[in-house]
Amino acid sequence: MQTALQVLDREYLEARCSLLELAAALDRIDRAHDHEEASGDLQDSRLDLLNQAIKILSEESHLPNRSERLLLLFSDLD
Amino acid sequence: MQIIQPHYHAIARTAQDYEKMAMSGVVAVAEPAFWAGFDRLYPETFLDYFRQISEFEPTRAAEYGIKHYCWVAVNPKEAENPTLSHEVLKHMPEFYEKPNVLGVGEIGFHKTTKNEEEIFEAQVEQAIKYDQLILIHTPHLQDKVRGTKRTLEVLSHMNVNPERVWIDHVEEHTIREPLEAGYWVGFTLYPVTKCSPKRACDMLEMYGHERILVNSSADWGPSDPFTLQMCVMQYRARGYSVQDAIEIFHNNPARFLGQNPKFDIKPIQLETIEEEITDMV
Repeated sequence: MQTALQVLDREYLEARCSLLELAAALDRIDRAHDHEEASGDLQDSRLDLLNQAIKILSEESHLPNRSERLLLLFSDLD
Repeated sequence: MQIIQPHYHAIARTAQDYEKMAMSGVVAVAEPAFWAGFDRLYPETFLDYFRQISEFEPTRAAEYGIKHYCWVAVNPKEAENPTLSHEVLKHMPEFYEKPNVLGVGEIGFHKTTKNEEEIFEAQVEQAIKYDQLILIHTPHLQDKVRGTKRTLEVLSHMNVNPERVWIDHVEEHTIREPLEAGYWVGFTLYPVTKCSPKRACDMLEMYGHERILVNSSADWGPSDPFTLQMCVMQYRARGYSVQDAIEIFHNNPARFLGQNPKFDIKPIQLETIEEEITDMV
C-alpha cells in the first residue's frame, strides 16, 4: 500500500484541477445569473446540494468516507 | 472550420497527429523552441534542433496540407546556463532568415532566477534588434504569479512594442495585467496542470476575444492537440457562431503571427452565397 505522502504526490495536481473546475463552474453559474433580467437569489435545490457537498469536504473529519457521504447527499432517499 | 494551432511542439508528436489535425480543420501550426525533457550540453545541439523545426518539420506537415512555422530561442529552463545560452544566441540570427521562422520564443521564466532574467533580457534585445515577434512562457503552478509579474517588470524597462509580444500560459489570476498593458495573451489547454477548454471559454466571455490566442501546446508530456477542437466545441455549445469561433481560433493567430510577413494566412470571413434555385423538373 502507498504511504500518505505517495498518495498526495500522485493526487495533488488532479485534486487541484478538480477544485479549480468546481470553482470555475460556480463562477459561471453566478455570472450567467447576474446577466439575467430578474436576478434575485437563484433558488434551485441542486445549488443547495453543491453547497452542502462543499461543506462536507471542508469539515475536519476523521471519517474517511467523504465520497460515500457526498453520494448519499446526492441520492434520492425519500 | 479552419483552425490555426499557434503553439504546438510537433517534433514530440507523431505524423498521426498531423493527419488528424488536418482532418479537423487545422491549416497551420507554429512550433516554439522548447525544452527537450533534459538539459542540452552543447550549443550545436540547439542548432541542430533549430534546423529540425525550421527545415524538417515543414516538410512533414506539408504532407498533410498543414503549413508549419516555428520560433527559435533558448527556453527558460536551459537559460539557467548563461554560458551555453550566450553561445546559442550568437547563432540565432542565422535562423531569422529561414522562411518559416517567426520570432524569438519561447523565452521567459521557469524559476524566475537571475540567470533566467539575464538570458530573457538578452533574447528580448535580440528580437528588437532583428525585428522579430516575441513569445514568452510564464512559469507553471505556484511560480506563475511571481514569474508573470517579473516578466512585465522586465519588459516595462525595454523598448518593446506590446502588440508584437505574446505572453503565454495565462490563467484567471494572471490574464489581467498583461492584457491591460497591451500584450497578446495565450491560454494553453493542457490536461490537469494548465487551463481547461471550459475555463478558457469563461475567460473569453469575461475578457472578450481581442488579443487572445488559444493553443494546446501539445508536447512530449501527457498532452493532447485536440484540446483546441474541444474548446471550439465548448465555445459553440455556449451559443457563439461559427464566425465568432473563427475570430478566436483562426483569425486571432493570423493577426498576431501575420505581423511577421512570412506568415501569409489571412483572417477569414464567412459569406452566405445567394444562389438562384432552378426548377429541375
